[in-house]
Amino acid sequence: MSINWYKYASPATFYGLAGRLAPWFGWAAALLTVIGLYIGFFVAPTDFQQGEAYRVIFIHVPAAWMSMFIYLVMAGWAAIGLAFNTRLSFMMARALAPTGAMFTFVALWTGALWGKPMWGAWWVWDARLTSELILLFLYVGIMALWAAIDDPRRGDKAGALLALIGAINVPIIYFSVQWWNTLHQGASIKPSGTSMDEVMLAGMLIMAVAAWFYTIAVAFVRVRRIILERERHTEWVKHVLEAA
Amino acid sequence: MPAFLLTVIRRDLLLAARRRGDWLTAQFFFIMVVSLFPLGIGPEPELLKRIAPGVVWVAATLASLLSLPRLFADDHRDGSLEQMLLSPEPAVLLALGKAAAHWLIYGIPLLIVAPVLGIQFALPGEAIGVLVLSLALGTPILSLLGAVGAALTLGLRGGGVLLTLLILPLYVPALIFGAGAVDGMLAGTGAEANLSLLGAFFVMSLLVAPWVSAAALRVSME
Repeated sequence: MSINWYKYASPATFYGLAGRLAPWFGWAAALLTVIGLYIGFFVAPTDFQQGEAYRVIFIHVPAAWMSMFIYLVMAGWAAIGLAFNTRLSFMMARALAPTGAMFTFVALWTGALWGKPMWGAWWVWDARLTSELILLFLYVGIMALWAAIDDPRRGDKAGALLALIGAINVPIIYFSVQWWNTLHQGASIKPSGTSMDEVMLAGMLIMAVAAWFYTIAVAFVRVRRIILERERHTEWVKHVLEAA
Repeated sequence: MPAFLLTVIRRDLLLAARRRGDWLTAQFFFIMVVSLFPLGIGPEPELLKRIAPGVVWVAATLASLLSLPRLFADDHRDGSLEQMLLSPEPAVLLALGKAAAHWLIYGIPLLIVAPVLGIQFALPGEAIGVLVLSLALGTPILSLLGAVGAALTLGLRGGGVLLTLLILPLYVPALIFGAGAVDGMLAGTGAEANLSLLGAFFVMSLLVAPWVSAAALRVSME
């Protein structure tokens, strides 16, 4: 059986699909968050070096992962939109940006809460903190550009170009800041294995999946709003709005 | 094709020569911002020497952003930009020529002023040399990336502030490598590493930015 992907490239059909899928992802995210936080706060052992304060990683690390991953997904949708001129791709990019910015902010905020007891300072000009801050600036810039352009087609493409050039720049910014200064602890999870306790790792991975599902659910809800707004002159939207 | 590039550059230089006030504003902005720092921080030469590379580089990025909104705006307003895009010549060369002209008008005077500011900040001779070299490599990056922002924000409300918001994060590597080169010279670790990275970033911007600017111009003119 083959799925006809092109069918779901049409906003009208995707509107229904997103509406059916969003609650599932939303509930799965809520359930996994409860499990992940339970493991994080009650099951996982106390860290012998960092004490109880390390538990912020169950929110901090998934948020930091998602902040970078969502930017790449957004740039990917932007590239697909520019290459194939599909309206829905641009709408997905727009729907993802606020969630990405939110996770970036959460990662910075929880990082500050962790930094105070660990490093004795809310903020240090460490490489990863700084590149995360610049990532937040990139998100803000793209959203500001979208907000400033009234014509949706021009806005879509302009934002997509900025997202792409930002995506090329992100690794350069990351390494430039890395060489500039580094204080953050090295990555605990490496391809060759991990230096973490298994329960801690499980809790963190569950939280990461929860963050993933949350992002999908929120992006679907948001993309449905964007579709309704853009397609408000069409027949099917009038039917949807009458039924509601 | 090179003839078209030269024509674009010559035209912008001619326009700038006819209206000196426009681009001198950005130069004096640069000088004033740099001169404000000693007033705010204090006149100790050791402290000034320490902050000089960063201050000069930050001021250079701000001065470039100040002059960038004008890059395409005048041609957009009188319709000549549309004609140039409709011509059979590639839009990439138009974007590249515009960025090159912007650098010649804004970057070169900045290189001439920078040594004087270095003396104000008590920088030793070889550090001033590295500062000028880093600006010579780095300011073309600012013009190339800035042209992308200028093309994206063409004709928008509050375009100037928006341009700053879009482009400043992209300037970060140039700022780090450029100021880092002078810092390395002052600290005795040498400037070669940072200058090489700055050069690499310049080559990459040269390869990517004109294409993106051209695409952005087409989007803005639709």
